[in-house]
Amino acid sequence: MSVETKVEYEVVIGLEIHAELNTESKVFCGCGTTFGADPNSLVCPVCLGLPGSLPVLNRKAVEYAIKAGLALNCEIARYSKFDRKQYFYPDLPKAYQISQYDLPLCRKGWVEFEINGEVRRVGINRVHLEEEAGKSVHSGERLLGSEYSLIDYNRGGIPLIEIVTEPDLRSPEEARVFLEQLRQLLLFTGVSDVKMEEGSLRCDANISLRPKGSTKFGAKTEVKNLNSFRSVQRALEYEAQRQREVLESGGTLYQETRHWDENRGVTVAMRSKEEAHDYRYFPEPDLVPLVVDEAWIERLRAELPELPRAKQARFVEQYGLPRYDAEVLTTSPQLADFFEACVAEYGQAKPVSNWIMGEFLRLLKAEGKAIQQVQLSPKGLADLLHLIDQGVINANVGKEVFEEMFHTGKEAGAIVKERGLEQISDTAALAAIVDQVIAANQDAAETVRSGEMKAIGFLVGQVMKQTGGKANPKLVQQLLRERLLGD
Amino acid sequence: MEAMDVRPGAAAGAEVPRLSTADVAKVAAQARLRLTEEELEKLSGQLSDILRMAAELKAIDTEGVEPTAHGIPVYNVMRDDVVVPSMSQADVLSGAPEKQDGYFKVPRILEEA
Repeated sequence: MSVETKVEYEVVIGLEIHAELNTESKVFCGCGTTFGADPNSLVCPVCLGLPGSLPVLNRKAVEYAIKAGLALNCEIARYSKFDRKQYFYPDLPKAYQISQYDLPLCRKGWVEFEINGEVRRVGINRVHLEEEAGKSVHSGERLLGSEYSLIDYNRGGIPLIEIVTEPDLRSPEEARVFLEQLRQLLLFTGVSDVKMEEGSLRCDANISLRPKGSTKFGAKTEVKNLNSFRSVQRALEYEAQRQREVLESGGTLYQETRHWDENRGVTVAMRSKEEAHDYRYFPEPDLVPLVVDEAWIERLRAELPELPRAKQARFVEQYGLPRYDAEVLTTSPQLADFFEACVAEYGQAKPVSNWIMGEFLRLLKAEGKAIQQVQLSPKGLADLLHLIDQGVINANVGKEVFEEMFHTGKEAGAIVKERGLEQISDTAALAAIVDQVIAANQDAAETVRSGEMKAIGFLVGQVMKQTGGKANPKLVQQLLRERLLGD
Repeated sequence: MEAMDVRPGAAAGAEVPRLSTADVAKVAAQARLRLTEEELEKLSGQLSDILRMAAELKAIDTEGVEPTAHGIPVYNVMRDDVVVPSMSQADVLSGAPEKQDGYFKVPRILEEA
């Protein structure tokens, strides 16, 4: 009898992440970088590669690239230079991209991320500065099979950083989670707006399989066209499975580039991957080398804000928040700032966290708004919480008031007055209503008298209904108990 | 065909292999140049001469000489991040053989392998 031993494979993934930098002007010319402008309206002789034009480096782009490198714990090169990477593609008018080859601005970094409660570290091979290519719009449904393409060079020349990780990721899920947290990190540094849907953050993935325990890498596939976090995971799951099937059927894998087809849910082989020297890199003669001194690096390091993982740890430590709250509150720097400003006004952290994670995020999501687009102020929320604490309104009415504050930016107190939402805590007034409700609901009242306490909730609800939700619920409970149970 | 590294300096040592016409054809293809057999022959000789010269340079003792990435001793020429007016769309497209709706129109790009 033959025993089939099935080889167990380990998935090895490394990512190449491109992030557009948040500069006002392009990296080598003064054209603007506004997203969504008329096609070919933000271009000039430099970014079109017209003869005789010369690039001049944007200082801000260098600073943003260095900041990204610092946030990724990289060594910043004291000396780096630019190179021409040559290939023919219609979105590249010069037929070369100005990039960095052997002397990138940042190297040898690492970044930690958390998955399923475990902290993992991913090595960063390099971060270099380069220019964006233009944008192709294809005539057909998909890139493949379209008859012609339309090219807009507005994007060409926008500064870009390419972040190359070491092959340290071990599953498609891990790759997605890592990318999400890397995005958050870049968002906090402020160097990029990292919008995957607008293409200001893009990711290619290298994936290979190897027998578990092996230290040699298998032939890798580079997967392109990953346009969302979800497609990163889906494409890599598909690709890992495809490679596994090839290996298990005794086949051989070759290094190649594959294109993720989101609609069909498959990866498709493209042209065979060019070897590195096919790009015929050589030093860009039109740009002089870049020398970065210690003082410059330290100034930029000092400008870096508190980064997400540090902020989360501090929120847990300083405010005694659960880990989950800390993570939700640090999804953007603006949200974290709002939280802290509100706590400073109100004094207690957990109620503020609850309101932000509950009502505030619910409304932001429902209306597709960013926190910056909303008029509500941290003091406004603090005032509302005070009104609830003081018993002026109850928590449910508070939600109503909050929604109006969210839309209008009005003060909580003013809304309560205007709409007559003050909680009824007048014992005599409430007692009369409680008596009416008992009289009208004899069955329920009898059930409570017999010790079946669940029914009391129904009676409280009836009183709330009679008062338009404004009754003080604690007082109503107390009045009902006095009457029915003689408490 | 084995890929050959044709960068200056790559061919270290005294022995510099002569480039074959196939090597030249590959380099020409990468530069999108269409060459006749005659030109391939002629260029393989000329490019081999260039490689030989690079090899001679490589033989020079550069002990103690800082590597350089650029010919002139200037660095950090930068501009501030300030937007200046771009060209008009009409000017941009004025040299385009084909255009549509403000875009350059080009033949299809990628083919499925």
